[in-house]
Amino acid sequence: MIGVVSYLTFFLTMAGIMAIITLGLNLQWGYTGLFNGGVVAFFGAGAYGTMILGGPAEPGQFGGFGLPYLVALGGGVLLAAALAWVVGLLTLRLRHDYLAISTFGVAVALESLARNSQWLTGGARGMRGFPRPFEAVIESNFLFGVVFLLIVLAVLALVWWGIERLVHSPFGRALRAIREDETAARALGKSPTRLRLWSLVIGAAIMGAGGGLYVSYTAFVSPQDLLPILTFQVWAMLIVGGAGNNRGAVLGAVLIWGAWTLSGFALTRLVPDSMQLDAGSIQYILIGTLIVSMLLWRPEGLLPERISNPRNTTVAKAAHTSNKE
Amino acid sequence: MTVLRIEQLEAGYVRDLPILRNVDLVAEHAKLTVIIGPNGAGKSTLIKAIAGLVPVSSGRVMLGETDITGLRPDLMGSHGLAYVPQTDNIFRHLTIRENLMLVLRRAPDRATRLEELYDLFPALRDKRGDRAGALSGGQRQMLAVAMALANRPSVILLDEPSAGLSPKIAGEVLDLTRGLTEQGVTVLLVEQNVKQALRVADHCYILAEGRNQIDGPAAQIASDPVVGEIYLGGKRMVAS
Amino acid sequence: MIQSLLDGILTGAIISLGAIGLTLIMHMLRFANFAYSELLAIGAYAALVFDRLFSTLVPVLDEAFAPLTLTGALALSMVIAMVLTGLSAVVIDWLVFRRIRQKADPLSMVFASFGVALIIRNVIVLIFGHHAQLYSQEIARATILSFDPLILIKPDQVFVLVLALVLMLALHLVLTRTTFGFALRAVAENPALAQVAGVRLTTVIAAVWIIAGSLSAAAGTLYALTNQLNPMIGPVFLLPVFAATIVGGIGSVYGAVLGGFIVGIASGLALLVLPSGYAPAMPFLIILAVLLVRPQGLFGEDQR
Repeated sequence: MIGVVSYLTFFLTMAGIMAIITLGLNLQWGYTGLFNGGVVAFFGAGAYGTMILGGPAEPGQFGGFGLPYLVALGGGVLLAAALAWVVGLLTLRLRHDYLAISTFGVAVALESLARNSQWLTGGARGMRGFPRPFEAVIESNFLFGVVFLLIVLAVLALVWWGIERLVHSPFGRALRAIREDETAARALGKSPTRLRLWSLVIGAAIMGAGGGLYVSYTAFVSPQDLLPILTFQVWAMLIVGGAGNNRGAVLGAVLIWGAWTLSGFALTRLVPDSMQLDAGSIQYILIGTLIVSMLLWRPEGLLPERISNPRNTTVAKAAHTSNKE
Repeated sequence: MTVLRIEQLEAGYVRDLPILRNVDLVAEHAKLTVIIGPNGAGKSTLIKAIAGLVPVSSGRVMLGETDITGLRPDLMGSHGLAYVPQTDNIFRHLTIRENLMLVLRRAPDRATRLEELYDLFPALRDKRGDRAGALSGGQRQMLAVAMALANRPSVILLDEPSAGLSPKIAGEVLDLTRGLTEQGVTVLLVEQNVKQALRVADHCYILAEGRNQIDGPAAQIASDPVVGEIYLGGKRMVAS
Repeated sequence: MIQSLLDGILTGAIISLGAIGLTLIMHMLRFANFAYSELLAIGAYAALVFDRLFSTLVPVLDEAFAPLTLTGALALSMVIAMVLTGLSAVVIDWLVFRRIRQKADPLSMVFASFGVALIIRNVIVLIFGHHAQLYSQEIARATILSFDPLILIKPDQVFVLVLALVLMLALHLVLTRTTFGFALRAVAENPALAQVAGVRLTTVIAAVWIIAGSLSAAAGTLYALTNQLNPMIGPVFLLPVFAATIVGGIGSVYGAVLGGFIVGIASGLALLVLPSGYAPAMPFLIILAVLLVRPQGLFGEDQR
């Protein structure tokens, strides 16, 4: 019984962390229309940043400052935000594709940095032994799990509340305005580039917080945590749930994380041992198919709320206005 | 003889929000028909709708006996309808020759036809190897008209060919459109340059708020002070 | 140094072939296609299948053209792979991208392209496995051009470079000498006007996918010929082809060719100073540098 409860706590904690990241993406994509192709980079910056600042010292390695938990977490969040700020500064005044390609590139670059910079990140074996928060007070593993779940849920609620406040503030209205009609918004004296930059940075900070929570929960981070699959999972969560809507984002996170876990279980059970290597590929195909199918048949997601905004241009538009034979 | 007939046309970019309502228009064979009207009247939208570039929600466009309503724009040429947009009406990165060969690529006699077009516009022959982006404003309009003429259309739609040109060149371009009718081409022209347009036109339609207002022989419209007052946006903006 | 330069030029030729189609697609359909480099994988694996088939069925074809390791079977397979990959690109567009661009914004196509990439890549893994494969088991002997410094070059590499250049020249001739080429350039510059000029957009878009697919298939096969083939060929080339496109300027075929060589050579030279583990990050650094200095790229016009 306690095994089931403790597994459930683990599952919900991970789903909660994914939901936090999805909310960050929702601010960027759902509310601002920014395409982040490297969600995992900001998650990873938060995770590694927190680990380096708050983790134990390793011989011959930078870091191991052993800073207090909240300071380390804050540092991770700041690192993720700073990364987004640099990328945004370079790309946001250009056409949308550049942000997509650059964020994707950041993720690739960060992964190869983590894999190769032994002195900073511990290289391929990663970094372990993050001191468990409240170690002095809570001894039982089980109790820690429950308390940590509550912390994750509290952060999730805080992020939710913060985003709701944000999108209903003048800032949020301006974001919507530039998403719907950039020229008009510009004419009203809004600076679309600055607003987008803020949205990108805040969203990335939220993803960084997700990374920080992850590393303090598992006490471990390695380049395996920086693989692009996380980006795809988080997208699937947002697309399935419904972009532009926090309820949808959280629902999508829980559903997709559940489906991912279950399909993982099912495949390990059902697929013969000789083909276990392929199980991962099957999961990837499933998530790819899910993303494509949602976009084809239910682009608004399960809980639609987003105001539709066809941004058709050039050929797409020309082909659209004249599809009669 | 009526070549182009528009019947009760309703069209616009967004569904349920037509810019044009119940527009009727007739263009006679080898005549120059001009559409004038205040800014935002829907003049450009009207000829784009005829050319298949703006979705038509109801009504008909008849070219001779053929219904061409909502036909794909790339098929309009094969029915004998050519359209010259107001701006960006040539391919700047292609040479003059490439621009012409592009529109002639399905023509059986394209080499001869190319020479004929050069004879018609000798200035283009001199610059045939240059990129079209390097042409002057007047020459660009010349190339655009040459491209429209290439496949011997029965009807040419021109969207403000004089826009952005000096008065002298604008006059020349309008004379050129007048000249097209003498070759048996039916011309439908949208113009802001009312005075000049009425000078060269046979028939005139006035469009305002997406509807037909008045039409009549160009000379008559030009000398009607009330029309000038109401629709041509000005005090005595009539031809002298 | 010179060896790195040579290797860089070779990789550059392959990146260029891959980037030509991508730059046209990004320009005409206005979306960054993250599934694009999977076309290299489709092409290379299609060539592998036919190569095995032909060398088994028609042993005569299994003779290598000395001093190359290229066999008649592989040459034939590469041509078939180019056609098939071109057709696959059209089919993928019809099944997914065209339907999305008819009702949604271009960024939804970017999302979808990631999904498509995941599907293609992992289907390839399921069919062919994770392990690396070779077209030919023969060892390609390198010719020593110089001993000090040591410079090695394999005949296959010369062949790859020559063939890549021939394909680019062929495309150049099509673009500048045929009315089909004019139509393609016309659509790239102004799709609405191209329609008015009698060009059917769907035809040109399909043609661009075919060009993109067949050049990518050639790039994938040529890469596998001089290196090895594994399912990660798609992701490995993804950032380099994007970087080449951005360096050259989105929409410029010649820019993409030049950009490919620049990215290949820069990555090759960078490995002189950086550990090879950082190689995947090089194209990204090049992208950053271009965005800082000249965001529209060398020959590009659209950046918004």
